[in-house]
Amino acid sequence: MATRFTLNGEDVSVEHVDPHITLLNWLRERGLTGTKEGCAEGECGACAVVLRRASDQAGSRYIPVNSCLMVMGQVEGQDVLTVEGIAKHGLHPVQDAMIRTGGSQCGYCTPGFVVSMFCEFYRPERASEGFDLESIAGNLCRCTGYRPIRDAGRSLPMVSADDPFQASLKEDAPALQGFSSGADSAHYVRPESLEEALRVFHEHPELVPLSGGTDLVVEMNQRHRRFPEGILGLEAVPELQQIAWHDDYLEIGAGVSLSRIEDECGARLPMLAELLPLFSSRLIRNRATLGGNLATASPIGDSPPVLLAMGAEIRLASVSGERVIAVDELFIGYRQTALRPGELIVSVRIPRPWPTLSRFYKVSKRHHDDISTVAAAFALVLDESGCITHARLAYGGVAATPVRAFAAEKALVGQVLGDKTHRKVETALSGAFTPMSDHRGSAQYRDAMVTSLWRKFYTESQESCP
Amino acid sequence: MKHVVGKAVSHESAQGHVTGDALYTDDLWPRYPRLLHAWPVQSPVACGQVLSIDVRDALALEGVVHVLTASDAVGEADTGAARRDEPLFPTEICYHGQALAWVLAETQDLAQRGAAMVKVETAAAEPILSLRDAETRDSFHTKQGKIAWGEVAVALKSAPHVQEGELFVGGQEHFYLETNAAIAFVDEGGSVHVHSSTQHPTETQEIVARVLGLPRSQVVVQSLRMGGAFGGKEVQANPYAAVAALGSHVTGRPVRVRLDRARDFQLTGKRHPFWGRYTIGFDDDGMVQAFDLRLISDGGWSLDLSAPVLHRALFHADNAYRIPNLCVVGRVAKTNRCSQTAFRGFGGPQGMAMIEDALDRVARCTGIPADQVRERNLYRTGDHTHYGQVLEDGDRIRTIWTSLKEKSSFETRREAIAAHNATHAHQKRGIAMTPVKFGISFTAKFYNQAGALVLIYRDGSIQLNHGGTEMGQGLHTKMRQVAAEALGVSLPRVRIMPTRTDKVPNTSATAASSGSDLNGAAIKNACDKLRSRLSQVAARMLGRDAAELIFEADRIRTEDGHGGTLSFAEVVDRAYLDRVQLSATGFYRTPRIHFDEEAGRGKPFHYFAYGAAVAEVQLDGFTGMYAIRRVDILHDVGESLSPLIDIGQIEGGFAQGLGWLTQEELFWSADGRLSTANASTYKLPTLGECPEEFHVHLLPKAATGDVIYGSKAVGEPPFMLAFSVREAIRDAVAAFATERPSAVPLGCPSTPEQVYWSIENIRSISRTAGYASRNDGVGIGARIGE
Repeated sequence: MATRFTLNGEDVSVEHVDPHITLLNWLRERGLTGTKEGCAEGECGACAVVLRRASDQAGSRYIPVNSCLMVMGQVEGQDVLTVEGIAKHGLHPVQDAMIRTGGSQCGYCTPGFVVSMFCEFYRPERASEGFDLESIAGNLCRCTGYRPIRDAGRSLPMVSADDPFQASLKEDAPALQGFSSGADSAHYVRPESLEEALRVFHEHPELVPLSGGTDLVVEMNQRHRRFPEGILGLEAVPELQQIAWHDDYLEIGAGVSLSRIEDECGARLPMLAELLPLFSSRLIRNRATLGGNLATASPIGDSPPVLLAMGAEIRLASVSGERVIAVDELFIGYRQTALRPGELIVSVRIPRPWPTLSRFYKVSKRHHDDISTVAAAFALVLDESGCITHARLAYGGVAATPVRAFAAEKALVGQVLGDKTHRKVETALSGAFTPMSDHRGSAQYRDAMVTSLWRKFYTESQESCP
Repeated sequence: MKHVVGKAVSHESAQGHVTGDALYTDDLWPRYPRLLHAWPVQSPVACGQVLSIDVRDALALEGVVHVLTASDAVGEADTGAARRDEPLFPTEICYHGQALAWVLAETQDLAQRGAAMVKVETAAAEPILSLRDAETRDSFHTKQGKIAWGEVAVALKSAPHVQEGELFVGGQEHFYLETNAAIAFVDEGGSVHVHSSTQHPTETQEIVARVLGLPRSQVVVQSLRMGGAFGGKEVQANPYAAVAALGSHVTGRPVRVRLDRARDFQLTGKRHPFWGRYTIGFDDDGMVQAFDLRLISDGGWSLDLSAPVLHRALFHADNAYRIPNLCVVGRVAKTNRCSQTAFRGFGGPQGMAMIEDALDRVARCTGIPADQVRERNLYRTGDHTHYGQVLEDGDRIRTIWTSLKEKSSFETRREAIAAHNATHAHQKRGIAMTPVKFGISFTAKFYNQAGALVLIYRDGSIQLNHGGTEMGQGLHTKMRQVAAEALGVSLPRVRIMPTRTDKVPNTSATAASSGSDLNGAAIKNACDKLRSRLSQVAARMLGRDAAELIFEADRIRTEDGHGGTLSFAEVVDRAYLDRVQLSATGFYRTPRIHFDEEAGRGKPFHYFAYGAAVAEVQLDGFTGMYAIRRVDILHDVGESLSPLIDIGQIEGGFAQGLGWLTQEELFWSADGRLSTANASTYKLPTLGECPEEFHVHLLPKAATGDVIYGSKAVGEPPFMLAFSVREAIRDAVAAFATERPSAVPLGCPSTPEQVYWSIENIRSISRTAGYASRNDGVGIGARIGE
């Protein structure tokens, strides 16, 4: 089957696509070279293009994504706009602003900035909240020092009434439908329901499940990893796309993008609101999913410590049925999970009650768009007397998997959070893990951070409620 | 009165940048039918011998067309620019990932698969992977270089205070957004034509000609524009152009070489890591009496530009300070790492890092605030450097210092910071101010020349060619302004042409911040010739004297306004009919520069550029993480040719320096593999590092004599303004001490981890008495720094 999508307003149909070809490479080969490759791992944003996703209100929103991390199968049915398309009605206000402020020097990162800024330009909340700097925090520039780009963003006018791109936002986002495509033996298979996905996966266990692609496509680009049998694309499975608030728990579909979680859950769950802005960049969060972050089981993934601290459960499904496991049980070794053959992560459940006191900390070389050296998530449930009834302290970056500090938790439960308890926790945490040294930090530093972050938490909690 | 020069205009390609229409080398490949893609076969070890290369399996893969190996060599298969030490097909392995052969295939995917199928047999040897190792094993590229003034040993003996220190400063990846790329083909005239993302088309031409065994006249190199370069494409673009050219020669088809980011990281050189050991002698007032500095730089596996880079470090060991007795020696180590190369500042930053580190020791030891120690030691007009160059405008640094201190409310803020620190146990703020003096000119004297070719067509439109390349620094923008100013025309009339070796021959690299000084003067020279010819024509047309004529805004008129005006185009048309030549070449060589390397004396620089910066930071004592709260800069660009461009260079240079000093960290594993070989592991500054308050000002009334339109070079000097951030961090670290520490060692780059250890060190000293004898800056920085 051909891959069909809309590109800069025109229908495109591509035959015999190798499922490993990224949208970026396809665009460039076709001569649409405005979209650049800076890193091919989703860190620089030079390859950003625009997609349309459903709005939580009516119609749709423009979102920027890294085209280096989308394989062509994922593009099927999408409405794609590149930097060339943004200029098709003449210079766009964001392009004009970038010229005016001196926002481009070498120009190589510029198309990516234009794309990110274009999406922010149409964000309805911009009118009241102002230009969100987060919107361009996933784009790297090596020339300007960013000040003029920031000024360009802040100088943008409001969307004019006759803006040609505004009209498209009144339309619903494209509905993704099932399809399959491929060249030779390798295929991209996109099921339309969970039942179909599980059946296909059961029948073709050699297929590699792909959600946002922000990890797996990096493997393809950087290590030239290939999937000879093909890819199981999960983006059109509706069961994976739901967010549901139940009495006992919040259930987040494994395929929900982190941006959507940020938008729809952040306000009600402070720990998510702390975590998500520090989780890579908006460009990545527009594609990355909780299911993917869990399945890849990196010891330095940002979401596992938070999910561990909140006592999350993972709902798994296969053709033989469903099961629910604690997130603690998911990670069984370095990049290994308890997923059985044919099993997919359906959703993550975050149980109530929400913690009374919680914080997420991330230690990294830079504040944004970085990978943790150490991450820590602390969650305490206090009763009315201030006694700790539940305590969960979780870390990333200090062991082969994300881990909990059980001894420290034990020292907390049943106690009031005060200096005496604090010292006991410190003692329990001291030397609790044996982290390793690498380019992100030395073992000694990581070890020091285990207690130091707790100290920070304790100090800040004492400052906030004297 | 200038009309075009000095105006704030946008980058000449800005519209192309924002629409994606501006093309870069690798954007061109879809235009070449039958093009082949190249991919390197890389060494799996850092040191050893290649025993055999078996390409049979790769060639059996359908779509693999050829594997370039030593047997394909037609000329001299060595791309070394400084000396013949970079074999294209090495038998001796010098660093991990080194390219040993190149697979040519129908697609990049096939080339990559083919490269993985080439079998390389090697015999590994023990690599040299640190400066300490290199020193121990006496592994050096060069003999020791030295510049000295005064009697350092004597002065150190008599100085009231003496402090010793040691500092490792790390390397830095250029991370130009556009990685190295080249496309080569044999053109219709039989010449080899190479599109290369190179800062130095002439040298790329030389190397391609060498590798193909052709005269240079048979090779044309074009550098359309680069997506950043920063020195990284000054010589290191050459090997990839050579591979593309050789591949094209062998197969008869166009060949594309484009390094992906990881390959670019692994294969190409970076800023030199330096190891400095120093002794500084000073009095109770913090006046420096003597500075003795020993430097070793890590040149990597081949010489490349390491010798002049080291030399620039020697030249800048004084930064902006008058030091009556100064001795600096340095040597380039040979290690099994990528070959370190030019990078904005070119050794200057590494040299200056040492004196800035030492001056903080002076401040801590005497108890005089660091900004005052720096201020007291600043140069004055008439002082001379340790190589004997007199500072003709040295007072500028003091003018800048005083003015910036006031503009930035330095004193008031220092008090506010002290108040903040007194009430915050875990969040400390710091503020610091540092100066920059940077010498402008290539230290290789023959490079200080440039050529231009200006063509006026009969309709009055103009093509401008010069030897400089555009890498984002705005050179073409400035050069258009210079040409338009000199010819009295509007900017749109002047079209800048891609830089090509068949337009202007024997050019110098666009480097050493010299692009606009050299090429601007050459363009002005060509335009003056044309204007003089056109004046004669216009004078005849108006019946006036040529000397009375004004060229301005595409019109030619008399000074008194009487006697009518002519359009530029009609004068040009008349000139054509009158058989007046409408093209001209221009040439420039920097006057009055000289240096005697043996004696270490001379005037190597045409002039100095100055600047200063104030930075304020806040540290988190729990993690060592920090945020930059505010930065103020005052910088001397002479009479700015193009203010929007110059401010962009200052801010961008500062940001890059900030990255080098605080977060960019290269990490080699024990087997010599670079483990920070992409953006996920190597962290450049993002928007988050851009201070919310960021004030940049140009020094007013700063016209410079004998430089194009009174301007000064701007590319490199602002890089070193970022020392202010590192020193502000140090200031904040010191605030964690309960009593005044006699030194505040801080590793470099000052990552959160280094800052954390520095804070811990200060705390431990505060906890245990007897710190005065401690003097161990290295312990902290050594883990990664070396």
